[in-house]
Amino acid sequence: LSLLKGLLQVNVGDQGLHFNHGSSPGFPDAGVFFQSYFIQLSNQALQFCFGAQVSRFCPPRKSCYDWIGPPDKCSNLRPVHFYIPENESPLEQKLRELRQETQEWNQQFWANQNLTFRKEKEEFIHSRLKAKGLGLRAESGQKATLNAEEMADFYKEFLSKNFQKHMYYNRDWYKRNFAITYFMGKVALEKIWNKLRLKQKKTIN
Amino acid sequence: MAASPHTLSSRLLTGWVGGCVWYLERRAMQESPHKFMHLFRNINKQWITFQHFNFLKRMYVTQLNRSLNQQVKPKPEPVTSPFLEKISSGQAKAEVHELRPISPPSLPLSRKANEKELIELESASVIEASIDVGNATKEEKQWKEMKLHVDDLPGILARLSKIKLTALVVSTTSAGFALAPGPFDWPCFLLTLLGTGLASCAANSINQFFEVPFDSNMNRTKNRPLVRGQISPLLAVSFATCCALPGVALLTWGVNPLTGALGVFNIFLYTCCYTPLKRISIANTWVGAVVGAIPPVMGWTAATGCLDAGAFLLGGILYSWQFPHFNALSWGLREDYSRGGYCMMSVTHPALCRRVALRHCLALIGLSTAAPILDVTTWTFPVISLPINLYISYLGFRFYRDADRKSSRKLFFCSLWHLPLFLLLMLTCKQPPGGGSDKGEPQS
Repeated sequence: LSLLKGLLQVNVGDQGLHFNHGSSPGFPDAGVFFQSYFIQLSNQALQFCFGAQVSRFCPPRKSCYDWIGPPDKCSNLRPVHFYIPENESPLEQKLRELRQETQEWNQQFWANQNLTFRKEKEEFIHSRLKAKGLGLRAESGQKATLNAEEMADFYKEFLSKNFQKHMYYNRDWYKRNFAITYFMGKVALEKIWNKLRLKQKKTIN
Repeated sequence: MAASPHTLSSRLLTGWVGGCVWYLERRAMQESPHKFMHLFRNINKQWITFQHFNFLKRMYVTQLNRSLNQQVKPKPEPVTSPFLEKISSGQAKAEVHELRPISPPSLPLSRKANEKELIELESASVIEASIDVGNATKEEKQWKEMKLHVDDLPGILARLSKIKLTALVVSTTSAGFALAPGPFDWPCFLLTLLGTGLASCAANSINQFFEVPFDSNMNRTKNRPLVRGQISPLLAVSFATCCALPGVALLTWGVNPLTGALGVFNIFLYTCCYTPLKRISIANTWVGAVVGAIPPVMGWTAATGCLDAGAFLLGGILYSWQFPHFNALSWGLREDYSRGGYCMMSVTHPALCRRVALRHCLALIGLSTAAPILDVTTWTFPVISLPINLYISYLGFRFYRDADRKSSRKLFFCSLWHLPLFLLLMLTCKQPPGGGSDKGEPQS
């Protein structure tokens, strides 16, 4: 278990709970908005989810493509292992770093969101069952649950509580998505341009 | 009498479109597993490296702890191929016991020799560890190369453009065209359908482009191509542009400018209004209903060249239909919507949700009565459509009163067959020419 903690502490330190390394192009306010809506994850939560998947995976040497993994258990997002070509241009590097950072940011948000949801749902169920005077387990021994109509109050409350958080997230997600796609376009054009130049050189020679 | 060729053509069309959709779906489903297996067979052969063994070593520690904490029962590995299984478990066992470095790339002979020695050293912890590492390598196998195979592209693009929904949209457009007065112009009809289909593909692709992390978190949408990384966002946007531009051009210059303008407006409404609004306010449902109402209006304007009362009636029918359809669907998705941050009536205003669904079921009865008044159909139509309208209203009332999953599902499934049947009945009761209807000039 100490090995596990050590491994994950390293991971957390590397990726960081704040992304203002200066490696986030065009997002100088990353740290600020992030702190404004980030709720502290418990150590336990972090141990289960955070980023361990990507750092563990190793693609075959021959492959020169990105690799995408199964959905993460907490965030439901699929981690991507980015391929670093030997002759990576500065533009390609910028794109890769942006994608990497966005992936981590997304992972943080959704892992946090889903865990908070699960936790608060449990608390809600416990409090309602207590109010009804029922135990946490039904006679059959299974976990007691509330029906959909009782849960509806919780869903409504959760949605309205997180509304502002979602507004910030949406705004930033749209910005990042556009930026990534824009840079992808630029990289593609750069590649085409280089290929054409190479062809021209060959025909001249 | 004049109604029958129209009915026949729209029936044929629905059948043809349905056939295409089925074919595309089957192809997509059949091709992927074969490519997957082939890919992994090739890759696994190259995986014997020192780096890989170290990674397995780390995986053993974390996986063991994770399995203890989460109380996951170690599942038996799926039998993908006996060859694959042997290699991976051999690697695992080699790692657990022989923590000395193994020089890359190991020859197959030495690997097999290692395997044999280790099999002799059986103990409970070894088995458990190898199962855990087996789980790890199983997870490893789920990693896929983000390489686009050209053969997969049609299936991927079909899913990106939500081809089934597009087919439904195109069929409502064809109904609008067929119900419009005037002689039936086949070339114009086909151009309209193609243009509308392309516009719908474009709009759906952009919608998926915007919603990747949200789609990942909902069960209904987690297998979409962008979520699974089967294509890049750049390709999705390029595809959308390549559909939108010819689609709108076809509608504007091949049919008439009004239809083209409606197409552009609808794409804008869906991608730039409805999609972001889903996360901001419950008003998104009303905007979405307008998005659904525009295609039959486009069909009508393609045939007649103008926006007259009949066009608005058809639009109104589709608009009203959206509410029982969507509100009933959203009733079962409340948990996912709440967690994902979607502002839907079913979550925030449940009573309103049910009231609106019922209200619009009743509105459908009103609209079907308005049809003969506006000379779109004969008076037979409200009479023969009354049974299905009453039935959906009854289900709407049950949903309003009971507010449970059972009634919502019944209402939703009813809406799925109610609409095609309703439109079909409308077609059969279409006002014949010379019945006093306004003849708009079909433009080309």
